[in-house]
Amino acid sequence: MIIAVASGKGGTGKTTVATSLALSLAAELTPEPLFLDCDVEAPNAHLFLQPAFDQRQEVSILIPSVDEAICTHCGKCAEVCQYHAIAVLGTKTLVFPQLCHGCGSCTALCPEWAISEIPKVIGVLERGVTPEGIPFGRGLMNIGEPMAVPIIRQLKKWAVPRPQQVVIMDAPPGTSCPVVESMRGADFVLLVTEPTPFGLHDLRLAVQVAHDLDVPVGVIINRDCSDDARVDVFCVDADIPILMRVPFERSIAEGIARGQTLIEIHPEYAERLRVMFAEIVERAL
Amino acid sequence: MKIILTTTSPSIDSDVDSRFGRGAYFIVVDPDTLDWQAHPNPGMSAPGGAGTLAAQFVGNQKAEAALSGDFGPHAFAALQAAAVSMYVYGDCRTAREAVERFKAGSLERVGVATRGECEGEHHGPA
Repeated sequence: MIIAVASGKGGTGKTTVATSLALSLAAELTPEPLFLDCDVEAPNAHLFLQPAFDQRQEVSILIPSVDEAICTHCGKCAEVCQYHAIAVLGTKTLVFPQLCHGCGSCTALCPEWAISEIPKVIGVLERGVTPEGIPFGRGLMNIGEPMAVPIIRQLKKWAVPRPQQVVIMDAPPGTSCPVVESMRGADFVLLVTEPTPFGLHDLRLAVQVAHDLDVPVGVIINRDCSDDARVDVFCVDADIPILMRVPFERSIAEGIARGQTLIEIHPEYAERLRVMFAEIVERAL
Repeated sequence: MKIILTTTSPSIDSDVDSRFGRGAYFIVVDPDTLDWQAHPNPGMSAPGGAGTLAAQFVGNQKAEAALSGDFGPHAFAALQAAAVSMYVYGDCRTAREAVERFKAGSLERVGVATRGECEGEHHGPA
């Protein structure tokens, strides 16, 4: 059972939900759930779960290197590059490493075999165990790098669940490729939103991504406070279950600002989250 | 001689488009005869790498100069490699006006990229 916790809008409480869900399940499940922080541009779940990282691996992608002595500047590489990371201008072939996705098309299709590939480190994977025994993995993208997807992909390959092990993935915000990569292969997408126009707008987009990936979804309404019922109406109309509501409470905000998890602040959420998990399992299967 | 300009619509009387990689159209002009031809900018709707794609197009047109409002670092590097000189519009409003000012030598030539990289992740279909 792989659950991706996503949101669309940033700052709605993905990490709050994901970390407490993992902790509440760890108290009852064997093996403890595997936790993956897929927000490799700004991972923060470690601040709450406090794993002791003891394994580390670099993530690289392969960038083309053109041998100008062999290159005839035919332009085939520029033509096949979907990302326009290679350009042939007159008698020069230029590579733009920050645009390159490392797909290898230019290298494979160069008629002169003038292109070789060199690894470029774009980030690092780290893994360890939390004090509660939760195996924890995260990716961390190097500053200045633009591409998160290869890091998330490698993280999922590197930190593989054991048989019967639940996986909780803390996805990045948004609905672009890193989110798609995080949701891909999940059994359920848990969308954390807030009852605001922005929350609803981005929730709609995130629901579409999950639908396109054919993964069932459920919603948690966080900071539930307003009279704005549009998120509720949307969920009813789209036949999406609202699995939990977390009220807008100063005590929760203060606790999280101190680095506490939701179930440390309000221990009753542990049982509520386990009940929600049981409903997720039912809906996902 | 051929020069190339970014414009918002496919005419020499169009307003200039200040964006190079994401400009709507390219107008290829012979500044002496004012003969011109419009092309849609292939970079406009590219998911990423718009600057390099647009620069590749300009390079293939064998233009000697590119006129736009703005050249990002990738476009700048590519156009420089293609030996295309780059000029910025300043307060020019139409493409015709920009060509006249280019001929008069009153457009500013740029020797470095006019801005940093675009923010965010550029992903095409995976």
